[in-house]
Amino acid sequence: MTRHMDDTTRYERLRERYLNGDLDRRGFLGMLGAAGLAYGVQTPFAKYARAAAEQVRFDGWGGVVSEAFREYAFDPYTAKTGVNVVDGTFGGADEYLSRVKASQPGEYNIAHLSGVFDYVRYHNLELSSELNEANIPNLENVITALVDVLRKPTGGSLSAVPYDYGTTGLAYNRKHISDEEMKEKGAKLMIDPAYEGKIGGWGEWKTRIWYAALQTDQDPNAVADIDAVWDAVRTHRDLALKYWSSGAELMSLLAEEEIYVTEAWSGRVKALQDQGHDIGYYDPPGGLGWQECLFVLRGSPMPECEELLNFMLAPETAIAVAEGQNYPPALDPNKVELTEQVKALPAFDPTGTLAGLNFFDPPYWNSKEAEWSKTFGRVQKGY
Amino acid sequence: MSVETREARQPWILLSPALGAVALLLFVPLVFIAVYSFWLRTATGADQVGFFLDNWAEALTDEFYRDILLNTLKIAAITTLVCALMGYPAAYFIARSKGNKAVLLLLLMLPFWISYIIRTMSWINILGVSGAVNWLLTGLGIVSEPVQMLYNETTVILGLVHFLLPFMVLNVFVSLDGIDTTLEDAANSLGATKWQAFLQVTLPLSLPGLAAGGLLCFVLGAGTYITPLVLGGPTDAMFANLVFEAIITQLNWPLGSALSLMLLAVLGALVLIYNRYLGMAQLMKGLG
Repeated sequence: MTRHMDDTTRYERLRERYLNGDLDRRGFLGMLGAAGLAYGVQTPFAKYARAAAEQVRFDGWGGVVSEAFREYAFDPYTAKTGVNVVDGTFGGADEYLSRVKASQPGEYNIAHLSGVFDYVRYHNLELSSELNEANIPNLENVITALVDVLRKPTGGSLSAVPYDYGTTGLAYNRKHISDEEMKEKGAKLMIDPAYEGKIGGWGEWKTRIWYAALQTDQDPNAVADIDAVWDAVRTHRDLALKYWSSGAELMSLLAEEEIYVTEAWSGRVKALQDQGHDIGYYDPPGGLGWQECLFVLRGSPMPECEELLNFMLAPETAIAVAEGQNYPPALDPNKVELTEQVKALPAFDPTGTLAGLNFFDPPYWNSKEAEWSKTFGRVQKGY
Repeated sequence: MSVETREARQPWILLSPALGAVALLLFVPLVFIAVYSFWLRTATGADQVGFFLDNWAEALTDEFYRDILLNTLKIAAITTLVCALMGYPAAYFIARSKGNKAVLLLLLMLPFWISYIIRTMSWINILGVSGAVNWLLTGLGIVSEPVQMLYNETTVILGLVHFLLPFMVLNVFVSLDGIDTTLEDAANSLGATKWQAFLQVTLPLSLPGLAAGGLLCFVLGAGTYITPLVLGGPTDAMFANLVFEAIITQLNWPLGSALSLMLLAVLGALVLIYNRYLGMAQLMKGLG
């Protein structure tokens, strides 16, 4: 029978050999040092493997969303399974991807990411997993169109479940811009010299290019004249006061009236309206829709993650999160009874088909990522 | 082992924890960054391991990076000059004040108790369209409409001065505090006016502190990216913003590594020049 020796016994035996003169001082210290090094190198990585079945890490946007997840999904899940949920936050998908790239497999498990562009991006970096859908019965309640679009890049399987959706439309200060003017000019209002110095914009390359395509009367998912698009991006840049980089900054710029018009996330504008600001919101023709998903990263404990996803997709959780973050849930309104508050959210589609929204075409945009994100970095800075 | 040998080893033994920490936490990561700079980013965002000079060729020959670097150095230089002009009188006042020196130094250190980002963002509430200054100007009837003051190069410099001024004041203060005040008295007794005594005695003797403060302000200013992000307009990026974008937005760690080493080399060269002519001792005194 093999008897496993603990570290204390090992040390005592080594020390005894040293005191008996069987081992010289250099050898004794060398072995202690080697043991310390081995422990130091092994421990940081081993803890993730050991903790895999005991905890699941979830990373999201924090705030009210995180609170809703904690109350309606994480705590009940921990009570039922005994698996603890470590709740982390990030400021943006790019920042999170850098953290994941620098980490060991299994260190990060589930993330509240933007789909479908980021879904494909993570898959291309070999960070995707394969969900066993039988363990996520609540997936049945999700809008089919949102699920199907995730299946395509991963060959029919899923590495994530859709969770919510919204639009990036145009927000405008109604004290200075009328509803009629906004409807008449649409995306071109963002390059109207009349509002020079009062225009904002999200400093994100995809959104800038999407709206520049609309401003040059092109299909954002099939740009024919990219030079014209860059010219429109430059025109906007020269008229803009500020590129914003977070939802909080967007809300501050609009609320403080530093800017009168910008692209904006539908949920953030709803929050401003709820605070009493006279901010209008308009999805122009060809405006941009998006979905967010709960992505399970490669190396994660799959059964535990799948069960957690099921908790998070439960109608009471998804609806509470939707009401907290002002974005409609991915639940199909034909299958799940949604609250009046959810039905009143901007971008909500009562048909459950999302046929009226336009999304980034993943193969097209992911293939352009390297070139366009770099070029935008230059155009943004005056080139 | 001889006594001499043992004595020669002792400083190294005492220094070994610090040297070990510097080696592990500074030089080893730097080596990783250097190695990374020769890799390539593939179309999917993954890294291609190998020895490629593409990133270095791009970083060194592309005028985009050169222009932003020069603009960064310009902004850092202006910030340093403003800090020197504003910081010297403040440091002189503190050094020559009697009795309340500790209180003044404490007041100088107070801003460090607040997050740098919060301090930077506070300018939005001061200079914004609905900020304190515009509220005052419109309230007094000086202007009819709020003045747009934020999100330009001037506000970036203002934010940097706000951040770096205490470093300048502290360095100059340390230098001034070490000057024997009887030297000025001696100059006065030999017929020099107070202004002449300051120009010909105090100022030259305090120059090492001014230079140390200037170096710190310049290096810290040139390496910042938060201030232009928060207070700058669309075209007010600095070189560290390019590093951030390459690594975070474009997931191009190899190019970001090359750019960060390029900035490090430029700023390192300045430190070496400073060390060549003034030595690091003064800087250490100011930091201490």
